Amino acid sequence: MVGIVVVSHSERAAEGIAEIAAEMAGDTRIEPVGGDGKGGIGTVPDAIEDAIDAAAGAGGEDGGDGDADGVVVLVDLGSAVMNADVAVELSDAEAVIADAPVLEGAVNAAVAATDPSATVESVREQAEAARDIEKL
Amino acid sequence: MSEDDAGTAAGAPAGANAEGAAAVAAVEAVAERIEDERDHLTQLDSAIGDADHGGNMARGWAAAADAAGDLADPDPETVAKTVGKTLMAEVGGASGPLFGGSLVFAAAELGDGITPESAVAFAETYLEKVEDRGDARVGDQTVVDALTPAVHTFKKSIEVDDLPPIEALAKAVDAAERGVAFTVPIRARKGRASYLGWRSVGHQDPGATSALFILEELLAVAADRLDVEIPETDASSPTIPDDEAAEDDPAEGAGSEDG
Repeated sequence: MVGIVVVSHSERAAEGIAEIAAEMAGDTRIEPVGGDGKGGIGTVPDAIEDAIDAAAGAGGEDGGDGDADGVVVLVDLGSAVMNADVAVELSDAEAVIADAPVLEGAVNAAVAATDPSATVESVREQAEAARDIEKL
Repeated sequence: MSEDDAGTAAGAPAGANAEGAAAVAAVEAVAERIEDERDHLTQLDSAIGDADHGGNMARGWAAAADAAGDLADPDPETVAKTVGKTLMAEVGGASGPLFGGSLVFAAAELGDGITPESAVAFAETYLEKVEDRGDARVGDQTVVDALTPAVHTFKKSIEVDDLPPIEALAKAVDAAERGVAFTVPIRARKGRASYLGWRSVGHQDPGATSALFILEELLAVAADRLDVEIPETDASSPTIPDDEAAEDDPAEGAGSEDG
């Protein structure tokens, strides 16, 4: 099963987006992460790395790859993308960043991840398809 | 990293400790300098950005100096990794992953200590990570404009000119200074300043300026530790490339042509 991480500058935004996506997600692991670690706006690579490892099902320090078939990371803006990029490179889990709007991409990814044959690539592809969603 | 096989090289532990201590001293000097320049950096950033660079960097480097100072008997790799991690966590915005994240990855090059070769590898990896992470190249009015001439000049001074490392570093600092000056008359293509378009022309990049301050402190601490004066030098080459290249190293000299 493919795990999902939702990264936002705001911890509450990340939690809210994960909450919305979880409605469609079945048993998929969705880990929200955000904020500067001190209650402010920002992102911290170490925290994102931990969320990736948790979404991969890895337990703690020596958890390695965990039981998930990789992790797809949704991000909001600017430095969150760079920090997520650092976290992906630091993590032992197989993780990729989806180039997608964070909320719509998270919902699409959650749906795609419920497919028993889902892979990191198929979930990322569906997340990135959210770029074309028209609202009106 | 492992202490167990230190016995193979006589005096290695002492050497590693001296290098680790020098690295900690360098971090402390950088933290002090960035704090001194906080208002200057903020001023530069308020002209073209969001006026947070000075405060962010000062806070991050102060925390990094604390974290490095708390390490018991560290090797240089551990110091670099700790500083990088701390900067990532404490510096907000893009400077965290750019200055700190790159350091975490470049730190691995110092695994066998600080030598001219490992210092070149460290510098090249650092530059590569900053370029990749920020998707920036020379001429984008970013920190890359200071780092690229510094790293190229350092590498060439070590590998081609065979200069003493302290002299190579002094040349690199001069190269970085020229790079910072280069950010003034060009247009920003990356970072927040790029939103200003042509209005970014005429402004000095704060990130490049920070990189110069960091390099100046590394040079000052290195000279202090070696108990030598900071060499009087600039980034121009000590030899005529064609003469040297023809004799020693045809590959390096081939096709070199100044624009």
